[in-house]
Amino acid sequence: MGIIDVIDLKKYFPVKRKAFAKQEWLKAVDGITFSIKDGAVFALVGESGSGKSTVARLILRLSLPTSGSIVFQGDDIQKLRRDSLLQFRKSVQIIFQDPFASLNPRMTVFDTISEPLKIHKIVNKTDLKDRVISLLESVGLQADILNRYPHEFSGGQRQRICIARALAVSPKILVADEPLSALDVSIQAQILNILQGLQKQSNISFLFISHDLRVVQYFSDEVAVMYLGKIVEHAGTNDLFSRPFHPYTVELLSSAPRIKPDGRKREILKGDVPSPIDIPPGCPFHPRCPKRFDPCDRIMPELKETKGRFVSCHLY
Amino acid sequence: MKLSTIIIKRFSKNKLAVTGFCTVLFLLLTALLAPFISPYDPTTIDINNILSPPAKNHIFGTDELGRDVLSRMMWGSRISLQVGFMAVGIAILIGIIVGALAGYYGGIVDSILMRFVDIMLTIPTLFLILAVIAIVEPSITVIMVVIGITSWMGIARLIRAEFLTLKERDFVLGAKSSGAGNTRIIFRHVLPNALAPVFVTATFRIAGAILLESGLSFLGLGVQPPTPSWGNILTSGKDNIEIAWWLSFYPGIAILMAALSYNLVGEGLRDALDPRLWGAEEE
Repeated sequence: MGIIDVIDLKKYFPVKRKAFAKQEWLKAVDGITFSIKDGAVFALVGESGSGKSTVARLILRLSLPTSGSIVFQGDDIQKLRRDSLLQFRKSVQIIFQDPFASLNPRMTVFDTISEPLKIHKIVNKTDLKDRVISLLESVGLQADILNRYPHEFSGGQRQRICIARALAVSPKILVADEPLSALDVSIQAQILNILQGLQKQSNISFLFISHDLRVVQYFSDEVAVMYLGKIVEHAGTNDLFSRPFHPYTVELLSSAPRIKPDGRKREILKGDVPSPIDIPPGCPFHPRCPKRFDPCDRIMPELKETKGRFVSCHLY
Repeated sequence: MKLSTIIIKRFSKNKLAVTGFCTVLFLLLTALLAPFISPYDPTTIDINNILSPPAKNHIFGTDELGRDVLSRMMWGSRISLQVGFMAVGIAILIGIIVGALAGYYGGIVDSILMRFVDIMLTIPTLFLILAVIAIVEPSITVIMVVIGITSWMGIARLIRAEFLTLKERDFVLGAKSSGAGNTRIIFRHVLPNALAPVFVTATFRIAGAILLESGLSFLGLGVQPPTPSWGNILTSGKDNIEIAWWLSFYPGIAILMAALSYNLVGEGLRDALDPRLWGAEEE
């Protein structure tokens, strides 16, 4: 049991139906199970369209799952109402990918950061300003920006404001949906340092969604690799990066650029990700898999435990 | 710098828009100050001065009952602008409520409200107004309300579209995950960001409403004499067009000026409020 448990989570979106055709579904998330341990960083990696962001939205209860459940402190978050839902909202916060879309352009920095404090009545009016300033300082911003508007800031500064807003309610879990990918590399390091500092100081658990493998290797404790809405491999960060099992993980890792090329031939994934509307039978990865053999195109491999990790591949 | 400062700055760079704005201001002032600055009473009949051409004592001439045209136009501008603003105000109010409900809640609420909008749109505005006026005694209030309740559909669609895109934006989702309720999200996060295009259409629609009112009054279905309005001054101008050109010319120019200036302001606002063009201005 972790701080949040995701059990057999599925999210299907209906595809606009043509006349007389049967209803098709886009399987964005197709039966995933994982749990985030208290104070740990859990990373979800995968290509675009693998369902990572949908998982984030489901965990935040911004959309409801087709089936399966997300259990937070013993309660299925789908069943939360009013006070308990508000309590949940206070415990889980999000940082989005695009810092230009995640701040209300008509609200000042002060309004943005103080809003969650007001909603949850965390501080009284007289302390509000002090609290907002201390939040700004915790992300490396100065108090003199309080009355300025988002359009006056750079991407990195905006992302800091977003982090300050997320921290306002002292959340237990922070969902970071590709928080770095819209930023310059130098800014990425700064923001990553802020996140890491927070995690160490305040013992916040992270769901860290990324396709940047170097960052994941550096920051996370556990990694789950998603492919077409399913988790194909789930292991401790060191295990996974030192010896990936699943052929998809192998190729994903080998496609990441290295600072010091070791001369090893890089295996580049061929082909595109199949459409999540029309997922191949058997193992969803088999059309692109270099190691496919007899059962791959017929039988869907289960995610099973092998040598302290979870892999869904007929090879193991 | 505040957003409003940037918008004002951008707006003031557009010379046509500023010209339009000054004209609008001029018309508004004239309307407001009409009781103090109009040289004559607009309804006083002067039999000795029937249809006298523009001269020193009657700058815009007099009409077929010897009433001063300039004074009648000043008082008429009150009616025209009042109708323009109130009708659009009513339209915006209904449009925002319907559009916001449809766009924010979606689903069945959206379907029902938008089908209602479609039905309203199938009714030609002018004929609906004519039908209403055939039943109810035409008065300024009736005309304002009728124009208002027949022209909110476009605004509702606009607001709905804005709500549909805005409610999925990250900052709205962020507010939601901070525990903000629907009321807070609608009024603090979505509506303020949805209003810019409404302001723009509102200015265009004021021009439309002024034209519509003038048209109705011209046909004798709007503001009833002796109350002056630009439209009904034109009517008397039409009857005397061969002998008294000033009766049609000046109110015609006034209507043209009003419609044109509101349209210019609308266009200027549209460009100034376009967020895609911000930022570019800073460098």
